[in-house]
Amino acid sequence: MTTSLFSPQLIQQQARTLSGKRLLRSEINLSELEIDHLLSTAQLRTIPSILNNKLSSECQRCYNEDNSKFGQMPCALCDRTHQYCRNCIQMGRITECQPLYEWAGPEPVWDSAPTPLTWEGKLSPLQQEAAEIVVSSIQSSQNELLLWAVCGAGKTEMLFLGVAEALKTGKRVCLASPRTDVVRELLPRFKEAFSETDVQALYGGSPDKIADSQLILATTHQLLRFRNAFDVLIIDEVDAFPFHNDPMLHKASVNARKPSGSTIYLTATPRRKHIRRINRDQLPHHFIPCRFHGYPLPVPKPQYCIFLSKAIQKGLPPQSFFKWLEHRSNPERQLLIFVPTIKLAAKIHGSIENLLLRSGWIHSREELESVHSEDPLREEKILSFRSRRIQIMITTTILERGVTFPSVDVAVIDAGHEVFDDAALVQISGRAGRSSSDPKGEVIFFHIGMTDAMERAIHSIETMNKRGGFGI
Amino acid sequence: MRCNFCLKQRERQVTWLNLFALEPLKGFCNACTQQLHLLDGPRCIGCSRESEAEYCHDCLEWEKTGNGLNSNHSVYAYNEYMKEMIYQWKYRGDYEVAFGFKAKFLDTFLNLPREIVKDALIVPLPLSKERLQERAFNQASMLASFLPSKVVHALERVHGEKQSKKTRKERIQANNPFIVTKKIEKPVILVDDIYTTGATLYQAATLLKEAGVPHVTGYTLIRG
Repeated sequence: MTTSLFSPQLIQQQARTLSGKRLLRSEINLSELEIDHLLSTAQLRTIPSILNNKLSSECQRCYNEDNSKFGQMPCALCDRTHQYCRNCIQMGRITECQPLYEWAGPEPVWDSAPTPLTWEGKLSPLQQEAAEIVVSSIQSSQNELLLWAVCGAGKTEMLFLGVAEALKTGKRVCLASPRTDVVRELLPRFKEAFSETDVQALYGGSPDKIADSQLILATTHQLLRFRNAFDVLIIDEVDAFPFHNDPMLHKASVNARKPSGSTIYLTATPRRKHIRRINRDQLPHHFIPCRFHGYPLPVPKPQYCIFLSKAIQKGLPPQSFFKWLEHRSNPERQLLIFVPTIKLAAKIHGSIENLLLRSGWIHSREELESVHSEDPLREEKILSFRSRRIQIMITTTILERGVTFPSVDVAVIDAGHEVFDDAALVQISGRAGRSSSDPKGEVIFFHIGMTDAMERAIHSIETMNKRGGFGI
Repeated sequence: MRCNFCLKQRERQVTWLNLFALEPLKGFCNACTQQLHLLDGPRCIGCSRESEAEYCHDCLEWEKTGNGLNSNHSVYAYNEYMKEMIYQWKYRGDYEVAFGFKAKFLDTFLNLPREIVKDALIVPLPLSKERLQERAFNQASMLASFLPSKVVHALERVHGEKQSKKTRKERIQANNPFIVTKKIEKPVILVDDIYTTGATLYQAATLLKEAGVPHVTGYTLIRG
């Protein structure tokens, strides 16, 4: 027993599994005996799980400082009434009497595979240029880099060279996204591109749990478990909910990376906070103004509908929607209809089903679907839309980003609603014209009065097209 | 104040009654409250299940087994939302969730028939040592603490296998996991979080009656 506990291979394995994390005792995949041994030999150390300051407490995993998100419980383990954190309880309860565990043994040594990249695709010249900038940013351990690429520029492929460079030099890499859907979609692509490397994906309910691989894909929430873990941290869709307005996740992303490491932000629609830093030269950035197929972004057309509110009350799309439907330039395209609320999605689904059937836009009820964030079937619906079994999809903003359908037209109903901020509208418009075989798509905003968000969205799409060399 | 379940900010209706209340009231937000199904329609007299018949089929079966639970009263029916709440409370260990149930749990208790409540002692169903180690609190004791009668911990659970992993038949046939640790001669109200098949409550009640308790009623938050 004792000899095996001291074997260098075993210690390496434990270092890979435990280093760079803050864990509950129950999250450590070792026997009680082994944990006690690691503690007594100072290869594992405990830290208090909740810090009590004068006025507030702080959870040492999720940084929660909001007193109303701490609970009090009479604890049967220590016979005291004390605090526990309600903010991160879905990751396992943090209570005051149970410490968190950190690895204090030797640093893990990661593989330095000479040719980790097994992807054989080709990059466009613009992608190549961006990819090289990512590589040099990682080589020089540049602290931050923002990659601003229009929707459909092929961001994931631009990362491959950089990730390969990091893996070659024994660095640990994490790609984090605010959205679980995106993590799930990226996993097979990364497994294929780095087929010799162990790639793990972490999200709520993921099959991978231990996280001892060199290359990790994760939701931004999962970063809460990590401390000083990654040499390279890539944050996809940095402007997306819930990451962009959650200070807890920002702290998590800062602390999950090693101080000497590099962070790369990806976005198609940077928030003002980042734009400001770019304009002040505080944030190195690179702009990719053109889609990988070389065509400009479709510019949304605003369509004023005087009776929009009335139509919405009845759960109908506005009259001009049907007019537009008939006069689309390519009626073969599938249709994405964005609506502001889950309720409206269901209402419109019910009310237009028969209308569309009668006028022959769909041939069976199965060709029309609606989807929202709480829909248990959402993955299957997205798949059948992709395989064209569904022709028309009514959706809330969950399909605004991270999903690619080759040939769609996009309609936004009540584009002036507050859920459609400028970033959302740019992303929604970016769903159209994604493939090189059908690079144009129509985007139409049905509204009852232009909002600032709509104007800013249209303006920023036009600006991006101009920077991409397309005259308007 | 935040909702005790979803943690969203609750809108507090200020009235003359609570304007000067020092302690903000704990509770669920309106959206969460609406998702819960209060038992207020016609119910089985034996177990609180929603039923048109006076006694449901299961209670007639229990009747044949002889001297067990006299009856059970519950506050809520089990639905998907309740399932999530219970998961958060018991299995994730979010102790505070149940304070949202407090008002209704107390209210319903005060409306129980007089002859049940009179002189009765509250006995919460215990957890096994292992389960208590894991959860760090006993949900039944927590519920019992909401009630105005005297609480006596008169039972102990000797071996604990999760009930939810057993079938109905297994539950009923399973060996009685309880032992009586205190002598009680007054009527007892057994408190637990959920009445599913009733097996647990019947096992505890049988033992208590053998030990000399004249009358045993169940009082549970949920009728599963």
